[in-house]
Amino acid sequence: MDFDSVRLTDVSRHFGRRRALSKLSLTLNAGDIVGLLGPNGAGKSTLIGVLATLVTASGGDVRYGRRTAREGGSELRQRIGLLAHELHLYAELTARQNLAFFASLYGVEADNPHRFEEAIDAALERAGLTDRAGDQVLSFSRGMRQRLGLERALLHHPRLVLLDEPFTGLDDRSVGTVSTRLRQLAAGGAIVLLATHDLDLADGLVTRVALMRDGRLLSDEPAATGLRARYRSVVGGS
Amino acid sequence: MKKFFVPLAALTAAMFAYAPIAIANAPYESTMLLIQKIFYFHVPSWMAMYAGIAVCGAASVVYLFKSRPAADRLAVAAAELIVLFGAIGLVTGPLWGRKAWGVWWQWDARLTMALLLELVFIAYLLVRAYGGPGSDKLAAAVGIFGTAVSPFVYVSVNIWRTVHPLNTVVPTLRAGMFGPFWFCSAAFLLLFTLLIMMRTQLASEQAMLDELYLAEDDGMV
Amino acid sequence: MFLRTALLVLRKDFAIEIKSYEILSTTLFFAVGCVLVFAFALVKEGQAPPDSAAAILWIALLFSGTLALGRTFERERYGETIRALLLAPAPRPALYVGKLLGILCLLGLTEVLLVPLIALLFSAPLLERLALLLPLLVCGTIGFAAVGTLFAAMLMRARTRDVMLPILLYPITIPVIIAGVRGTSALLATPPDQPTTIMWLTILLCFDVVFVTLSLWTFEPLMTE
Repeated sequence: MDFDSVRLTDVSRHFGRRRALSKLSLTLNAGDIVGLLGPNGAGKSTLIGVLATLVTASGGDVRYGRRTAREGGSELRQRIGLLAHELHLYAELTARQNLAFFASLYGVEADNPHRFEEAIDAALERAGLTDRAGDQVLSFSRGMRQRLGLERALLHHPRLVLLDEPFTGLDDRSVGTVSTRLRQLAAGGAIVLLATHDLDLADGLVTRVALMRDGRLLSDEPAATGLRARYRSVVGGS
Repeated sequence: MKKFFVPLAALTAAMFAYAPIAIANAPYESTMLLIQKIFYFHVPSWMAMYAGIAVCGAASVVYLFKSRPAADRLAVAAAELIVLFGAIGLVTGPLWGRKAWGVWWQWDARLTMALLLELVFIAYLLVRAYGGPGSDKLAAAVGIFGTAVSPFVYVSVNIWRTVHPLNTVVPTLRAGMFGPFWFCSAAFLLLFTLLIMMRTQLASEQAMLDELYLAEDDGMV
Repeated sequence: MFLRTALLVLRKDFAIEIKSYEILSTTLFFAVGCVLVFAFALVKEGQAPPDSAAAILWIALLFSGTLALGRTFERERYGETIRALLLAPAPRPALYVGKLLGILCLLGLTEVLLVPLIALLFSAPLLERLALLLPLLVCGTIGFAAVGTLFAAMLMRARTRDVMLPILLYPITIPVIIAGVRGTSALLATPPDQPTTIMWLTILLCFDVVFVTLSLWTFEPLMTE
């Protein structure tokens, strides 16, 4: 199954008295790099959880193409990639072992062991970790883990790429690499949603900006210059 | 729902007011005489407890798979009543045992089984209290597993005890005893129904209050 | 797809474990410590009370199993790899089965250590009665691990997960303990009371079927928020 847009209609989610998402409507299209911006507690992680089928919405509708998550079932997950702050890597395993495990789990080149190894090697190279492939992730710096984590999330060529503030503290060299990678993805037809605090990263990278606060979507507009000022005026605060 | 409260409460109160009279008029059991009369409250509290277990299990299944908040409210109410009526049974049982056979606790099959199930549903309430966010689903799992384990508890504890049989009390009910027994059972089941309705009503009013808080937040932005 | 995913998870857990053998060695040592505590508490004048061998075996398994469960899932919490697992394009209960198989292997190894140890310390003819002891241990371990894996998984996100696991797990697995201890006791009697052991074995088997099914059924709704 595949899709080229994801539509959220009036999606709500509350935890007891706390409303995490409040009648949120948003459409994401292939080729977009959407920056999801907002202060802490705005509901960005919950929204990403809903899109990743890990959190069920208490109200509203989420459609991938024309199908809901329930209709899509486990096949839908083949088309979703997630990278969150914790990076989803097994510290005790090597970089190669991590990639190999997730590649097998996601069915990458399941029938062709040769192409399988090539895919892993390619991912390692894109992450710039070819010479550290046999080292435990435990020994990696945060920047290295971020690059590895990103390639891990993209191994199965997902259509919907969800990034939940994985790039905090990303070093300058890597910012450029990551931005290029994300642009390549979007150019290839992926839908990229990047939740972040880092307005400098978002500025110049994202094609659309979705601003959130208190579970509500305040604005959804094409990216323009002066992101920081726009953010301040809509969301308020620092 | 709410309009039933007052008549139901009145009926239940009346039944409990009459119960001591019914019990006093019941014939004495041959060996234990007056002591045995505790049975008129002891066994019906088990009946209420098991009714609660059935309700909690079913409501937990509905909540886990259909996410209906009403089912969750019913499950919590049922769990609280299980603990309540279980406690009544677990207090009256040893009181009876102490007076009848001189021993507070002798691992009688039925009391032990009730103790186990009581622990399971106390665990249910602990999860809800201390489990953090999402504890409603965790508790639903405890409710389902607790109800599912009841037959296994019944079988294993029974067999466990019959290897060393003791004089477990299965009072042979004489003719005059059935009346007060069923009367008290009905009273307890009515009390169970009344309490579960009131508790569920309370929970749904709390939910409405939550909704109002959320709506107020909406209004403020 | 289902079995393949479960086996992938199992293999991954093996791969992590063989790097340091941390969970295995500490679980084994803990189990031995448990047995010794009971031995010192119960043995009087060189003799343990009758039937204590059976009791100690199952209690040691219960305690070390609970700890091992907590720690296997702690691995998935660190780095939040559980989210990546839940996103796999495979039926989510396959993850449960993979984890369950891992716990079974771990507890199996613990039993390989505990049975001869207890047989030695308490002069119990456990090793002579392996024909029925083995199925009893297997079925009992599956029953305990089935419920334990589900609870440990669902508690991963809870705040008080460490103490909640035994609080939830012990009351529900008491039938397994009763059946295991009584069955083992019957087996250790002279002469061994095989019909009783087989009866308890049947109860354990029913427990396993019911609770593995229930766990598979409730795993997905419990793991999604």
